[in-house]
Amino acid sequence: MKDIKVLGTGCKKCQMLAETAEQAAKEMAIEYSLEKVTDLNAIMSYGVMFTPALVIDGEVKVAGKVPSIEAIQKLLA
Amino acid sequence: MDKRREFKIAFLLAAIFAGFYFLPVGQARFDGSVTEALELTKWYAREHVILCLLPAFWIAGAIGAFVSQTSVMRYLGPKANKLVAYGVASVSGTILAVCSCTVLPLFAGIYRMGAGLGPATAFLYSGPAINALAIILTARILGMPLGLGRAIGAILFSVIIGLIMAFLFRREEQNKHANAVAMPEDNDGRPLRVTAAFFATMLGILIFANWGGGDSGSGFFGAVYSIKWHLTAGFAVLFGIELWRWYAIHPARILIVAALTATAALTLPTVPSVPFLVGTLGLVWLTAGRSDEAGDWFDQSWTFAKQILPLLFAGVLVAGLLLGRPGHEGLIPSEWINSAVGGNTIGANLFASVAGAFMYFATLTEIPILQGLIGNGMGSGPALALLLAGPALSLPNMLVINSVMGPRKTTVYVILVIIMATLSGWGFGALFT
Repeated sequence: MKDIKVLGTGCKKCQMLAETAEQAAKEMAIEYSLEKVTDLNAIMSYGVMFTPALVIDGEVKVAGKVPSIEAIQKLLA
Repeated sequence: MDKRREFKIAFLLAAIFAGFYFLPVGQARFDGSVTEALELTKWYAREHVILCLLPAFWIAGAIGAFVSQTSVMRYLGPKANKLVAYGVASVSGTILAVCSCTVLPLFAGIYRMGAGLGPATAFLYSGPAINALAIILTARILGMPLGLGRAIGAILFSVIIGLIMAFLFRREEQNKHANAVAMPEDNDGRPLRVTAAFFATMLGILIFANWGGGDSGSGFFGAVYSIKWHLTAGFAVLFGIELWRWYAIHPARILIVAALTATAALTLPTVPSVPFLVGTLGLVWLTAGRSDEAGDWFDQSWTFAKQILPLLFAGVLVAGLLLGRPGHEGLIPSEWINSAVGGNTIGANLFASVAGAFMYFATLTEIPILQGLIGNGMGSGPALALLLAGPALSLPNMLVINSVMGPRKTTVYVILVIIMATLSGWGFGALFT
């Protein structure tokens, strides 16, 4: 079970990252939970300044950009 | 059936129906305003999109893709030299705030995990005003003095606001969380001079393609104007060479684009938009879909275009409807604007600052709105005041700032922004009337 969190205040890029991450996980047919973290203070508690950021199992994997589906799948594998 | 959802739909339908039922079609002022909205949008589409907005998107995209933002944040970290931190915070908006939605997380980050309250508020004030797209568009549409006034005013006063904030709350600067900051990985070390030369080339294309001054101009500006397309073409050739040498784009493909652009320029010498558009589309063909830096550059530029163009055109339509083109009236009578923000009194500047501080401007829409206001008699001082207070603050982002640094600091910050914007507007208005 992968715990995926997308950090971002709700701008376009953050939505894009959430969609891409969801698609990546679905294609891999793994069990996952996806959560969007939009509260700025919660985002800061991850030590992230560059949004959007991708957190997998509590670890910040990507900050400040929207990676490709393949790149996210590598991170999820 | 979800009752709340159905009620919402019913309400929406009723509102649209009522809107059309009472639509004041046929009344001179309303019909005139609709024409104004369409005329203004047409003017933007003709005059600003191909030569100015499109290259501006590429430049903003290049900033996102090629400039290492991590290296900038090093100067805003917890151990940074305070003096340097203020300086960097006040100007780094140019490269860090390319998208308005990145300003708040960076502000919170600098405040909590980095150099502290002073530099954080300095960044928050100047960031939205000096991002690359905002400067280019302000200078192009509202004129050079306002464009420069906006950039210089934002940088100068952001440092002052930061210092005052840091001084007022010097006892409360809490211990920093020793949080490790998650940074995006650095670019491969492309030499700084390469990046700088690349940006200079793009700016050269942008500046000379948009060189104003008219045919009657004499002296330096007139001389440049008469050869502006030769200069633009020269920079374009340089640009092609740089793409080949530094970004590993196949020279044959570059030559094809160059040949098409040159053909368009020679067959249609009076319509420079056409070769410019051909060149831009060629650049899309050269960069889109690649998995390297150049592909990343295209993705970033395309994201900006998708995000900003619809908002900007909606903003232009609304501004045209409410305020009309310069010299024409929209829905709002000119006298109202003249009496509120005409001239350069402290009252007019204060009114513009307060209105700007609470109003929400979607990215870049402050520019067509201001253009309309100026056309209806707004003074240049109040215009600058609105340009400074407007994008820096809005009711929604006050709430976020409040959740980050608490009501006392937020209140002081808002008051400082209003005072500083008023003063810089007043000073500017006295210099340029």
